[in-house]
This record gives sequence, structure tokens and C-alpha cells, in this order.
Amino acid sequence: MNRLWNILKEANRNDSMPKIEIKYFAGIRERLNRDSETLETHASTPREVWKELCERESLDIDESVIRAAVNEEFGDWEAPLQDGDILVFIPPVAGG
Amino acid sequence: MQMFDLTESEIDVAAWSKILADDSCGAVVTFEGRVRNHHDDLGVEKLIYEVYPEMAMRQGQGIVDEAMTRFDITHTVCVHRHGELQVGELAVWIGVSSAHRAAAFAACAWCIDTIKERLPMWKKEFYTDGSDPRWVACHHAPAGTAGKA
Repeated sequence: MNRLWNILKEANRNDSMPKIEIKYFAGIRERLNRDSETLETHASTPREVWKELCERESLDIDESVIRAAVNEEFGDWEAPLQDGDILVFIPPVAGG
Repeated sequence: MQMFDLTESEIDVAAWSKILADDSCGAVVTFEGRVRNHHDDLGVEKLIYEVYPEMAMRQGQGIVDEAMTRFDITHTVCVHRHGELQVGELAVWIGVSSAHRAAAFAACAWCIDTIKERLPMWKKEFYTDGSDPRWVACHHAPAGTAGKA
């Protein structure tokens, strides 16, 4: 019984999709009309999440001007995402 | 000492300046970034700065820490305001003190350039002619991308 339970638990773990928290700012926030969301996704990199987002929202934003930040640091578009990561797509900044 | 901060209220320059005071320093260089009344030919009425606060604090502290290692300086302070600002108001204040002036000038210029590149802060301009407000990209963004995102 224990073995069966462990198998079911393992299967469930494999099926559960990682949850990524996405925060939105500036023009992207206004375009999506929200400042954050939790995304359950099989997308494994910021680039894959961005593509998923662009398709879902019919976004037409030039990717070359956007930077990805993971857990408050600028990150690589291809770096693997972990469950619980905070992902932000950074539009061109304008401090100062 | 090096310190970075964000504030929604007026930057208290007199208070922050005290950090720069040091008998070993013969030079104090400060930079004030103020809200300009125009963008090209458009009259600007006010700005809204939006910030990603957790990341901005981390990046901002990283910038002042890096300034201390890059330049022969003694103290660095950067304070950036966010929220709604009127024309003429102080948006960013940077102060650097050092034994000799060259390092303080160079570090101060590097700090503002790096803030414009790395700080997750966005600026929305409101215009006097009533045209639609726009998110403005700073000069580090690739040409032709202003206002797109």
C-alpha cells in the first residue's frame, strides 16, 4: 500500500507544473491590465514563458528591447526556471 | 560608506549630504537629476516614475558598492524618487566624496550612467498639449524603441 502511495505521489509530482510568479511593470503592466500573476507552465526558460505570454495575449512587443529578470537579478533568456521563481520582463528602463 | 535608497517624498539633500562629510575628503561631487519641462518639441507637464522596488534596491545598492571598488572614493550616496513628480522637482540625487576631485567626478558620472542602464525604473511623461502620455525609454535603449513597451 505504501509502495502504491509513493508511486501515486511521484506521478502526481511529475504531472504538477512548476509555478512561476510573473510581475508586470510600465507599458507591459498597462497592456495586460494586471501587475502580477502566477503561471503554471511547462515553459522552462524566460524565453519560453515570454513566447507563451505573447501568444496568449497577442502581444506585439519587440523582444530585443526587453530584458528578463529572475529573482530580482537580470538573467539569461535561456536560463532554466525553477518552481517559485519570480520572473519580470523588463521594458527599457528610464531612471535618472 | 555607500548607500542607495528609494523615496516617494522629496529627497532630503541636506540630510543625505551629511554622509559625504569626511575630513579625509578634499572633494565632494553631487549630481541632481531634475524633471525637465520638455521632451524634444513636446511640453512636459509632469512625470510618473514607476519602480520595481525590491529589484531596484538590490540593483541600486549593487551600483554604489561597485562604484566603491571601481574608483578611489570614500563615500557614495544615491537616492531616487518615484511616484508623481512635477517639472523642476528632484528625481535623483547622487553624492560622492573622495580625497581628490578626479575620482569623485568620474564616480558620480559612472553612477548616473549605470542607474540609467540598470535600475528597474520607468518614466511616464504627461504633456502640456494633452497628447497621450508615453512611457519613455532612456538613451541606452536601442534606437526607435521609445514608448513601445
